[in-house]
Amino acid sequence: MQYAVSILLSGISLGGQYALIAIGYTMVYGILRLINFAHGDVFMVAGLMMVYLSASLPLMASLPLMLLLTVLLGFVIERAAYKPLRSAPRMSVMISAIGVSYLLQNLATYITGGLPQMYPSLPFLSESVTILGAPTKWVTVVTPVLVILLVLALTQLINRTKVGMAMRAVAKDFETSQLMGIKINSVISVTFIIGSFLAAVGSMLYFTNYPSIVPLSGALPGLRAFVAAVFGGIGSIPGAVIGAFLIGICESVIKGSDWSVFSDAFTFALLIVILVVKPTGLFGEKATDKV
Amino acid sequence: MAENVLRLEDVTMQFGGVVAVNNLSLEVNRGEIVALIGPNGAGKTTAFNCITGVYEPTNGRVSLAGEVIVENHPQGKMKTMYQGENSGKYTGVVRLTPDQITQKGIARTFQNIRLFGALTVFENVLVAKHMRARQNFLSAAFRLNKAEEKRMREESMALLEEQGLAHLKDEVASSLPYGLQRRLEIARALATDPKLLLLDEPAAGMNPQETQELTDFIKQIRTEYDLSVFMIEHHMDLVMQISDRIYVLDFGRLISQGTPEAVQNDQRVIDAYLGVADDAED
Amino acid sequence: MLQQKSKKGAFLALVCVAALLALVVALENTLDPTKNILLFTSLKKGAVYALVAVSMNLLNGFTGLFSLGQAGFMLLGAYTYAILTIPVESRESVYYLYGGSAVKFSLPDLFGGADTVPGLVLGVLIALILAGCVAAAVAWLIGLPVLRLKSDYLAIATLGFGEIIRAIFQWDKLGPVTNGANALKNFPTFSSFNITNADGQVVFRLSTFVAFLIAAVCIALIVLLINSSYGRAFKAIREDEIAAEAMGVNLAKHKRLAFCVSSFFAGVGGGMFAMFANQAQAKTFTTAMTYEILLIVVIGGIGSVSGSAIAAFLYVAASEWWLRFLDAEMWVFGIKVPFLRTGFRMVVFSIIIMIVVLFFRQGLMGSRELPDLFRRRPRKSPRKAGEHNG
Repeated sequence: MQYAVSILLSGISLGGQYALIAIGYTMVYGILRLINFAHGDVFMVAGLMMVYLSASLPLMASLPLMLLLTVLLGFVIERAAYKPLRSAPRMSVMISAIGVSYLLQNLATYITGGLPQMYPSLPFLSESVTILGAPTKWVTVVTPVLVILLVLALTQLINRTKVGMAMRAVAKDFETSQLMGIKINSVISVTFIIGSFLAAVGSMLYFTNYPSIVPLSGALPGLRAFVAAVFGGIGSIPGAVIGAFLIGICESVIKGSDWSVFSDAFTFALLIVILVVKPTGLFGEKATDKV
Repeated sequence: MAENVLRLEDVTMQFGGVVAVNNLSLEVNRGEIVALIGPNGAGKTTAFNCITGVYEPTNGRVSLAGEVIVENHPQGKMKTMYQGENSGKYTGVVRLTPDQITQKGIARTFQNIRLFGALTVFENVLVAKHMRARQNFLSAAFRLNKAEEKRMREESMALLEEQGLAHLKDEVASSLPYGLQRRLEIARALATDPKLLLLDEPAAGMNPQETQELTDFIKQIRTEYDLSVFMIEHHMDLVMQISDRIYVLDFGRLISQGTPEAVQNDQRVIDAYLGVADDAED
Repeated sequence: MLQQKSKKGAFLALVCVAALLALVVALENTLDPTKNILLFTSLKKGAVYALVAVSMNLLNGFTGLFSLGQAGFMLLGAYTYAILTIPVESRESVYYLYGGSAVKFSLPDLFGGADTVPGLVLGVLIALILAGCVAAAVAWLIGLPVLRLKSDYLAIATLGFGEIIRAIFQWDKLGPVTNGANALKNFPTFSSFNITNADGQVVFRLSTFVAFLIAAVCIALIVLLINSSYGRAFKAIREDEIAAEAMGVNLAKHKRLAFCVSSFFAGVGGGMFAMFANQAQAKTFTTAMTYEILLIVVIGGIGSVSGSAIAAFLYVAASEWWLRFLDAEMWVFGIKVPFLRTGFRMVVFSIIIMIVVLFFRQGLMGSRELPDLFRRRPRKSPRKAGEHNG
C-alpha cells in the first residue's frame, strides 16, 4: 500500500512536471507546426541557471531572475533561429531546432565542464513530508496543484484576452490570420515566452527531485513531454496536461517494476501506437490536405 | 450503342454532415470529350477525386471500361449520418489506390498544377513511364535491363517531341512559364498510356489565345492517342466549342446534361450560374 | 548520344574513385601513422559517416521522408556484425558476465579463422551484408505502421524507434546475445586488414583503404539506385506525393523500398562503425548521433550525394581534428587566450552549424553533384524557397 502510494505520488508529480514542458511543445506546434526540439534543452538550461544564480544570490532574487532569463532565452531562440526560416520548408525549421538543441547542449557542457551540477535545495519544496505513510518531498504535493493553477490561468489567457484570441486564430489558419492584420511575430513570441516560462517552472520542480543536472538532462524529459503532447492531441492544452499525467504515472509504475530498462521504450512504443492508431490524439483536431 | 469508358453510378461523397457530391451518375463514351461544369463549390473536383481514388466515396460505384474500380456503401458512423440516396443499392467495397487506378488507365491533371518542380521536363515524363516498366529495384539499380530503360527514354522523348516540348527537356519544370507547365502536366498524364484523361480546369489562368490553342490541342490528342477526355472547365467558350456532351453540377447534384446547345438553353443552368432572385421564386 | 555521355561520366567517376583509393593507400604507407593518428582517425570515421550520411540523404533528401532512426539502424548493424564475427575462442572472455555467448559460431572461423585471408575477407564481408540485411528487415517491419505518417510525425516516431532499440539491446535478459549494456569487442576491425609479417610487425597498411573501399562501393550502389527509374520515382514522391500517386507510383511500396535500402546501408555503416571504434556498445548509438548525421546531410546539401560525402569528412575532421586546439588552453605572448578550454570546440562547432542552417540553407552543394560544378552552364537552382507547407 505504502509502496503503491509512493509510486502513484511520484507519478503524479512527474506527470505535472512533464505537463509544464508539454504545454510549450503543444502551443508551438499548434501555431508553427514545428516540433521544437530545443524545448527540452531550454528546460535544462533553466535548471543550470538556477544552479549558478542561487550560488551567488538569495533565493528571492535568483528565482525570478531565472524565470526571466529563461523566458528571454526562449524569445531569443525563436527570433534568431526560427523567424528567419518562416517561409522555408518545414524540414528546415525542424533542422534548425535540432541545431539549437545541439548548441545549447554543447554550451552547457562547456560551461559546466561536463561535470554534473548539484541542484540547490529549495526551502519548503525540498523538505520531507509523509503522505498516507509514504515519505516524499513537498514538491510532490505542490506540483499537481501548481500545474492546475497555471493551466487554469493559461486557459483564461487564451480564451479571454485579445492576445489569446490572436493565438487561437493563428493556430487555426496561419496565413489568413496574417491577412486579417494579426501581428504574427508577436503572437509567436508570446507563445514561446509562455512555453519557456512554464518550462522554467517545470525545471524547478523536476530537478528538486534529482540530485544533479548534466547537459543531457533536458533531452529525455523533453521527448517524454512531447509524447505526452501527441498523446493528448497536439495543439490541445488540456490534452497535453492529461497526456503528461498519464505518461508520468506509467513511467513511475514501470520504473518501480522489473522492466525499468524499458521505461523510455514504453513511452516511445506508446507514441508509435498513438500515431498509427489515432494520430490526432485524445483531443486533437483533424487536418486534411486539399487536392 | 456507344462503348462506355467511364461510368459513375449514384456516387455520393459526404464529409461529416456535408454532402459534397450527391448521387452523381454519368457516363463518358469512347472517343468523347465530356465537360463537367458548375459554379464554384459545386463538387466538381470532389467528383474527380472520387474517380481517381484520392477520396473514397461514401456510396456508389465507378467503373472503367466495364470494370468496377471504386465501390462503396455507407459504413460505420456513416450508416446513421448518411444523407444521400440509394444507400442499400451497393454492397461491395472496391478500394483501389490512386496509383492502381492510374495503372488501369485513368490519368489526370490538377486544378493547381502539381508538377515535380525540381525535376527536369524529361524526368517528369519519365516518372510516368516507371509504373509500366518491367523491372524490379535490383535489376534497375544494377542496370540488368538496359533495353527497358532505353525504351522508357525513347518513348518519353518521342512524347515530348510530339508535344513540342523536346527543346525544353533539360529545363527544370518549375522554371517553365505557366502555359507550358500546363502543357507538360498533360504530356506527363499522356505518358501513363491512359484510356481516359481527366483535366481539372486546364484553361485556368489562360488568355483567349492560349485557350484557343488548348482547345485545338485537346482535340488533337483525343484523335492521336485514341482517348476519351473528361474535363472540368470554367471557360465557356472552350467548353461549348469542344464538348460532345456536358454535365452541369450544382450543390453536388446533377442539374442538367446534354449537348452544349441544350445545356446552354436550360433554365436551371442559367439560374444556377446567375442565381435566382428571391422574389422571382414565388 | 545520351547513353555515350553517361558512359563517359561513369568511367570518369570510376577513375576518380580508383585514384582516391590509391591515394589513401599511398598516404597510409608513407606517413607515420603514430604521428598522424588524427588524420587517419578522421579519414576512417569520415568514410563511415559518409556512407551513413548518404544513406540518410537517400531517405531525407531524395524521397522526402524525414526519418531520424539512423542511429537505431546503425546499432542493429553494429551488433549483428560484432555478434557474427567475434572469434569463438574469445567469446568466453567477452561475455564473461553471462558465462559465454549464446551464439556458438563465428563467420571468420567458418572460413578458416580471422587471421587467414579468406576467413577475414569473407567473414567480414558476409557479416557486413548480414548487418545490412538485419537492419533492412527491421526497417521493413517498422515501416509497416510508421511510413504512413506525415513529415514531422514520421521524424518523431523513428526517433522513438531508435530509443526502443537501444533499450532492448541493453536489456539484461538478452545478455548472452548482446552482452547487456557492456561493449562487444575482439572482433575483426579495420586494423585487422593491415598486412603483418611473421613477427607481427605491420609491413603494409590497408586499414584506411578498407574503410574507403567499403564506403565507396556502398555509395556507388546508392548512386546507381538514385539514377535509376526507382530513384526518379523517389524524387517524384519528394516533390509531390499526390502527383506521384497520380502518375502510378505506388507510394507505400516505394517509401518502404527507400526506407529499407537506406536502413540496409545504415546497418552496413553501423558494422563499419564498430570496426572503426573497435567495439560495439548500445549507448554510443544515441539520438545525438542521428542529429550529427542529419547535420552532415544539411551541411552537404539535402539531395546531393557528393555533398553528403564531402561534408562527412569535413565534419569529422573539424570536430575531431582541426578544431581540437580550441579545447586546449593556449598562451599567446604570455597572455592566456580567453574561452579556450574543454568543450569550447563543440560550442564553436555548433555555432558554425547554426550559421550554415540559417544562412546557407543550400549547404555546400545544394542539390547539385560534384560533376555539375565542372559543367559550363550551371543548372539553375531548382528549389524555390517560397513555399510554406504549414
